[in-house]
Amino acid sequence: MKLRVRFTKNGRIRFISHRDVARVFERALRIGGASVAYSEGFSPRPKISFGLALSVGFESDAEYLDVDLAAPVDLEAFPGRLTESLPDGLVVEAVAPMLPGTQSLQQAIVSCDWNLEIIGLDEAALAQSVSELLDSDEVLLHRDRKGKQTVVDVRPAVLSLKVVGPTEDGVGLAASLSTDQVTIRPDELAPLLGENVELGRARRLHQWTNVDGLQLEPIAAATDHGRKPHVRDIGPDELVAAQDAATG
Amino acid sequence: MSDTRVSTESTGSAGRTVWPQLEGLLHRVSKPARYIGGELGAAYKAMDASQINWLFVYPDTYEIGLPNQGLQILYEIINERSDGRADRSYAPWTDLEALMRSNNIPLFSVEHHTPAADFDVLAFNLSAELTYTNLLNCVDLAGVPIRTDQRTMEHPLVMAGGHCTYNPEPLADFLDVVVLGDGEEAVGEITAVMYEFKCSGSTDRTGLLRELSHLEGVYVPSMYIAHYDGPHLKAVEPRFNDVPEVVRKRTVADLADWPYPKNQLVPLTEVVHDRLSVEVFRGCTRGCRFCQAGMITRPVRERPADQVRTMVKKGLDRSGYDEVTLTSLSTADMSGIDGVVKDIMNDSDSSGAGPLSVSLPSLRVDAFGVDIAAEIQRGRRTGLTFAPEAGTWRMRQIINKLISEDDLYEAVDAAYSQGWKRMKLYFLTGLPSETDEDTLGIAELGKNCVEIGKKYTKRASTTVSVGGFVPKPFTPFQWFGQNTDIELQRKIGLLRDTTRKMRGVELKWHDPKATLAEGITARGDRRLGPVIEEVWRRGGTFQEWSEHFDLTLWTEAMAKHDLSIDWYVYRHRNEDEVLPWDHLDAGLHKDFLWTDWMDALDEVGLPDCRWTPCYDCGACTGYGIEHVVASAVPPAGGSQGTSGPRQLAVAGGAVPVSIGRAPTTQGLPT
Repeated sequence: MKLRVRFTKNGRIRFISHRDVARVFERALRIGGASVAYSEGFSPRPKISFGLALSVGFESDAEYLDVDLAAPVDLEAFPGRLTESLPDGLVVEAVAPMLPGTQSLQQAIVSCDWNLEIIGLDEAALAQSVSELLDSDEVLLHRDRKGKQTVVDVRPAVLSLKVVGPTEDGVGLAASLSTDQVTIRPDELAPLLGENVELGRARRLHQWTNVDGLQLEPIAAATDHGRKPHVRDIGPDELVAAQDAATG
Repeated sequence: MSDTRVSTESTGSAGRTVWPQLEGLLHRVSKPARYIGGELGAAYKAMDASQINWLFVYPDTYEIGLPNQGLQILYEIINERSDGRADRSYAPWTDLEALMRSNNIPLFSVEHHTPAADFDVLAFNLSAELTYTNLLNCVDLAGVPIRTDQRTMEHPLVMAGGHCTYNPEPLADFLDVVVLGDGEEAVGEITAVMYEFKCSGSTDRTGLLRELSHLEGVYVPSMYIAHYDGPHLKAVEPRFNDVPEVVRKRTVADLADWPYPKNQLVPLTEVVHDRLSVEVFRGCTRGCRFCQAGMITRPVRERPADQVRTMVKKGLDRSGYDEVTLTSLSTADMSGIDGVVKDIMNDSDSSGAGPLSVSLPSLRVDAFGVDIAAEIQRGRRTGLTFAPEAGTWRMRQIINKLISEDDLYEAVDAAYSQGWKRMKLYFLTGLPSETDEDTLGIAELGKNCVEIGKKYTKRASTTVSVGGFVPKPFTPFQWFGQNTDIELQRKIGLLRDTTRKMRGVELKWHDPKATLAEGITARGDRRLGPVIEEVWRRGGTFQEWSEHFDLTLWTEAMAKHDLSIDWYVYRHRNEDEVLPWDHLDAGLHKDFLWTDWMDALDEVGLPDCRWTPCYDCGACTGYGIEHVVASAVPPAGGSQGTSGPRQLAVAGGAVPVSIGRAPTTQGLPT
């Protein structure tokens, strides 16, 4: 039985790494008594796969994992039981059985929505920077990958940017950033908005898949591939979000 | 060095916290998860000014310190009390330390991020000499004066326990209280005395320390004065007649009374031993003469097998771990270990959880050890580790690690034949009377192991890991002059040259410079205090880490304070010499150790006293306790001094260690 699980990672626990989150979930599934399927071979590993890594220090309302269970579980009780076995700050919000043939999270996610805190510019200056960036045909980003310098035009990866108003230490910026082909991370975006501009807090709000042109939440994509409404295994909020995304 | 003023905000009755200031810095440091706490099993008992508030500190990084079982045991015991509570702290890495100092953030606990100075006790675990400078750094980061004579009532007591405290003298200037031996009972007694003191409203800090010095196992360095005669230590004597002349270590008689930790901490981030640990016995009477742990933790006290089984089962259920290690100094020696392991595996199979892996921290060098390994490593078989410790039978008799070459080859053959492909062998070099023939014997053993493996797999390989020997207090080798770093480097060079031509043998070695630094503090006296302080003041923290270790800091500090490395490290001690730890008692008679030292030089082995008549080392008789061993007969497999007289053979041969009763005159400090 393959399940897709959506969870949040907020508060202090944002400082643990992607690998740490994986280990925490492995243990929580065992504490909660779920029988996770194991791979074959000399060194059996639990069959759990995670989506896009979330950088250390970033929060998220929309993290996902796929887990293969050796025995069925009560889906209704599953999110609550798993959350009880998880440390503070990790909350399982939704779970749904996956249809056969569902793309893996790594393959399926094409973009993420973020709520970013930008430090170093006031609201007006940020608005100015944002509109300049959006008006540019080309935005060059210098990357250092294992000592190898590359220059990438990341303009196509910036899908939308919107100033949302002041935060505790800076100005809020809603950003939709591509994770498919040409990509850009929030910490790469901030310095492009001006000299000495830094990223403060960052929270992932959504991860999106693209199924036949529809922008869908990964759970919706896993349960019905976006073709028909589905009400059995996912919560109403999830469905509304998926439909809003599909229509809006 | 510092002017770390406490910069904090209050959270009402629960005490102050640095979290708001710290939080904004964590995205700028490596591995910020080290500083957030949140472990499963953490106590989160709120700060309470009416109780005794302990802060247990491990003076190295979180990932090294968190798994420390001693610290976890005491943390739980204190938190179960009504008159005490405890948090934990670890040495912040250099990146965060710099930010803390520039932002006036003091050392803090990981639970509540309470400033360290708000606690009543800062209790350090000292497991390695090279962490001493980190201890000073943590005290300083706490905003507490590093020297005991500068502390007042407003400062916490700085305490230490752990194996290094069997010679706490180099730290005598910095530690208010030292606890010798098992801490389970002592921490409770200390808490009770401090609680009574707190309730009385007294402000007599010296009076409190004097009171604490009356507790068994508690050593208060400031209550003693050291007398010297030139470079020689004459005596360390109590200043007052109510302070004991000799401080005896504490020994818990029955481990079954202390099934701790009950709630082992499960960290959110990866640490060095990221698995369940269950201590199956404490103490070891194998009698390896280089091994301080084996000498100071006597006698053997086994945990009942059914308690082990329960602790494993409960521990796995609550932690979610899929790996357990059965800890002790030599786990294969536990009575009925094969049955214990089988029961654990069966419990796991019937639990429906995924595959369980059981590990033993050290494997006995014989076929029995390999059989147990086969039982617990049903799946992956990559590498097995053995510790013959020395390259020739002569040398192994001297160190009393009575493994014959046949034992080793039998074990290695059994391992390769059952599917293992890589062996790892641990050795010491720089042992007493070691000749080049003995050193090269290490390479020879490695080569022969690869040859055996070739019968079973073309990929057979053996890693030979060599560490420089540091003589430790309360061992028969405490009188031995450590090899110089140059001599150790030469021996490693010999091994490098020899193993280069040996296919399948990979040599690894420990830096002889670090071995020297360890030697400086291991057997030092109170005159080492300024040296440690000097190294710390010059930025010498995290000396256990090769990227931070700097021998010149140590040698220059020694020179600056007119102390001789020859005298402290390389010199053989005489029988009548007063040793810096003579006023402490690890349970071992000094004449037993001296006789054992003489036996070592005569290449005479000594069988394990668990299964033979008593040698009266003092560990049992002096305390009115006994071994707690479920089986009165040696384990099956017949090896390592358990199977007959052949291991007791006395061989001749020249011994290039000169022992004299006259004081040596070379390298005296001026």
